[in-house]
Amino acid sequence: MKATEQNLNLPFLTDDIPSQYRSFTAGTWSTEIDVRDFIQKNYTPYEGDASFLEGPTDTTKLLWHEVLSLKIKEQKEGVLDADTELVSSIVSHGPGYIDKDLERVVGLQTDAPLKRSLMPFGGVRMAEKALDSNGFTFSEKTKEAFDAIRKTHNDGVFDGYTSEIRNCRSSGIITGLPDSYARGRIIGDYRRVALYGIDRLIEDKNEQLDSLEVYNLDEDTIRLREELNEQIRSLYELKEMAASYGFDISQPAENATEAVQWLYFGYLAAVKEQNGAAMSFGRVSTFLDIYIQRDMEEGNLTEAEAQELIDHLVMKLRMVRFMRPPEYNELFSGDPTWVTEVIGGMGIDGRTMVSKTSFRFLQTLHNLGPAPEPNLTILWSEDLPEGFKKFCTDTTIETSSLQYENDDLMRSYFGDDYGIACCVSAMKIGKQMQFFGARANLAKTLLYAINGGKDEISGDQVGPEFAPITGDKLTYEELMPKFDAMMEWLAATYMNALNIIHFMHDKYNYERVEMALHDRDVYRTMACGIAGLSVVADSLSACKFADVRIIRDENGLATDFETSGEFPVFGNDDDRVDNIARELVKTFMQKLKKQPSYRNSEPTQSLLTITSNVVYGNKTGNTPDGRKKGEPFGPGANPMHGRDKNGAVASMRSVAKLPYQYAQDGISYTFSIVPGALGRTEDDRVENLVNLLDGYFNEGGHHINVNVFNRDTLVDAMKQPEKYPQLTVRVSGYAVNFNKLTKEQQMDVISRTFHERS
Amino acid sequence: MKNVTGYLHSIETAGALDGPGIRRVLFLNGCPLNCVYCHNPDTRKYKGGTKTDAFSELQAIAKQKEMLLSMRGGVTVSGGEPLWQPEFVKAILEGSKMMGLHTALDTSGFLGNKADDELLSFTDLVLLDIKHFDPEGYKRVTGVNLQPTLDFAERLASINKPVWLRFVLVPGYTDDMKAISKMAAYVKRLGNVERVEVLPFHKMGEYKWEAMEMDYKLFEIREPEPELVEKAKRRFEEEGMLVY
Repeated sequence: MKATEQNLNLPFLTDDIPSQYRSFTAGTWSTEIDVRDFIQKNYTPYEGDASFLEGPTDTTKLLWHEVLSLKIKEQKEGVLDADTELVSSIVSHGPGYIDKDLERVVGLQTDAPLKRSLMPFGGVRMAEKALDSNGFTFSEKTKEAFDAIRKTHNDGVFDGYTSEIRNCRSSGIITGLPDSYARGRIIGDYRRVALYGIDRLIEDKNEQLDSLEVYNLDEDTIRLREELNEQIRSLYELKEMAASYGFDISQPAENATEAVQWLYFGYLAAVKEQNGAAMSFGRVSTFLDIYIQRDMEEGNLTEAEAQELIDHLVMKLRMVRFMRPPEYNELFSGDPTWVTEVIGGMGIDGRTMVSKTSFRFLQTLHNLGPAPEPNLTILWSEDLPEGFKKFCTDTTIETSSLQYENDDLMRSYFGDDYGIACCVSAMKIGKQMQFFGARANLAKTLLYAINGGKDEISGDQVGPEFAPITGDKLTYEELMPKFDAMMEWLAATYMNALNIIHFMHDKYNYERVEMALHDRDVYRTMACGIAGLSVVADSLSACKFADVRIIRDENGLATDFETSGEFPVFGNDDDRVDNIARELVKTFMQKLKKQPSYRNSEPTQSLLTITSNVVYGNKTGNTPDGRKKGEPFGPGANPMHGRDKNGAVASMRSVAKLPYQYAQDGISYTFSIVPGALGRTEDDRVENLVNLLDGYFNEGGHHINVNVFNRDTLVDAMKQPEKYPQLTVRVSGYAVNFNKLTKEQQMDVISRTFHERS
Repeated sequence: MKNVTGYLHSIETAGALDGPGIRRVLFLNGCPLNCVYCHNPDTRKYKGGTKTDAFSELQAIAKQKEMLLSMRGGVTVSGGEPLWQPEFVKAILEGSKMMGLHTALDTSGFLGNKADDELLSFTDLVLLDIKHFDPEGYKRVTGVNLQPTLDFAERLASINKPVWLRFVLVPGYTDDMKAISKMAAYVKRLGNVERVEVLPFHKMGEYKWEAMEMDYKLFEIREPEPELVEKAKRRFEEEGMLVY
């Protein structure tokens, strides 16, 4: 008997249950804040195919048309509007609408669609530059007020930075640090707003405060007490913001429409308060499915209406915008927001976490067309239902808008209620956060080892003055100990920088509402990263297996290399060099683990460059592998462009060998294939992409971006962007609109290995 | 099992077009046919390409075995005409079979008599390419006789070996609808053909002819119109075949 029927027949059983929880199976979640328990007790796994799905309703089409026109206008004319004086907060703006009569889900970051808000808490200069470069003027009044009375994160960080860190920052050996912008990468458990209502969440936070009425207050407890009080304040503000739209979210959501709206308000509060480098959404589809399912059983919701609800939610997520300067977009191309939503995966009890609403989220790409945001991420398992697998690959072939991550691998670390922050960083939702640490440039570090800490471009002494290599021939035996020592120094300096950054970020730009949707004690990781892995692996391979001669400039600085003879390169399933790459990952991780880290966070690292592989390459001189000064690195964990000559399987196997154990913040791999290489018919292509993903993930691969299109399409899109307003390409860990990339980045994407005959 | 020398043109590690799943495809060098529309004229030369041996190739296959299994694929030996090196083919198929991999042989059938029963026992699937069903037409396209291919087809039918039939549609050369209808009836009668692939001729190999300064008769030929491809496919479908 269905829970609903049971409750209708036995009303005396449901007397004390609040109406919002009617027909839900009770559990720990009823008395404690425990969303996972609620999902496990109440969700319906779906093993079927996509045939039940509905297209867009007329309302959806009309609304999307309005949004799309705005987006096209923005693309053509630049930022449509921006706040220059009013500083954004959860309650700074009155309600904003796209078209009040059409919207089933309401709420905008400001009072008008795509109007960007002002968030100077990361750094006033960055905010000013962002406005300036987009043709707006930062209000004198606000700027003066900040200068006079409000210190920012950026001010704090530079008070803390040592001269050594500043030098590393300007030479580019450590780059992209979140020291002048908000760190992001924290995922609030927005589902809590829907399931519990704000009042219950405030009550819980007050209990947490009570639990900290301790005899001896140390620094950690004092900080936590202050943070909890800030969190409570943000929850009151969240309630107030929702009220301005005419909703009382003090109580739990009654139905699916409310659940979607409550949850979105939670997320909206976060993006009103923080311009974070990745404002991810979490894992909401199967949670929402429980409400949709109940409404349908009660006869109050049709499939078309359910799809409409999800389409409208996704439309809102596609409209999240931040005010950012061009430098920021150089690092993180295409104006991304990383509204990452994970879909699928398996439960630890063996049931699939796929529900009908998992399908409904993917269906938005068909109903509204391809788009980079939200960053839909499939948690892939060999055991996923066949129908779901095929709908995923079908959607990839049509839209190139999905990324895939290995649930069988991550589940053993993170359980079955984790999300992905940004691109590849897994974390338990509501229980874990990370301190985002950008990345260190290992290729440059290798050159520092050769030049005794001198920068190969400026000639400045940036690193420690270790003995340089003075001979003409570069040997593996001589280089390795020097490189090891230089990595040791880098790890320490890098960690020092991150400790300062996150100390100051907690102090001056604390994520109040996101943390209000977390448990009291969260597990924190210090998410470091490395760039240039394949460049270094290939360079070391050259030293080991070929003959590398050093070419010096007039000051004796090694600035170029003459490499003769064959040497194995990363990406060809050749253990001789793949083992070098594997060891590098492990070695650097071990060095990071030696460092003391802020708030006892656990150091981790990622192999993820996003599109900054272009910027890193720009700042790095000639390398012994034959890469020329300024040439981009391979993105993330990818082999260098065009060097993976033994086909797709060999390339994938090399990447899959990299140890996730030592790179728990994620290993990103980007793969492009032309449709014809996947099979002769549509069905063949859908099936073969499933086969390819099963193969890669069974080998232990962590993440893969899949682009399915012809190189010609991209070349044509460069020439005639207006023909492809929605062309989406996947770069490491997220998708971008191709037209928003710089020419240089577009060329980089095109030159990345295409597997034509794989 | 003994090691055998072989001549390889190239390898595709993630082939999705030559048999079920994602496969490792070995393109062998050497082909006795002279097809006017050949996409890979560079594979024709006997003992051309890279010299290798079966054990080295099987070692490489073994390394990727798990991945091939999880991709529901296997190993396909193609060419050139692989049966010009039957011992090498046999060794590859036997070794792959012993590793538990699905095996496929992609052949024109012209050298079918070189494939002994043992070789076929290591073969799970034959991709049989019949280039024309009319003996005259066949000769005009390939320069050789049709009969050996038909003999091979009959032999495969007699042992009920699964076959995917391939037919390349070249306007002006192989688009005689009468011959296509006859071929359709014939493959239907064979009973062991699981799938028919009608492949529209494409000009992607043209540059290879130019590079090799060979006389390519098809520079003037167009790729077939989609309607023509549909028409040819329909002939097979009318016989109740599964057509791709």
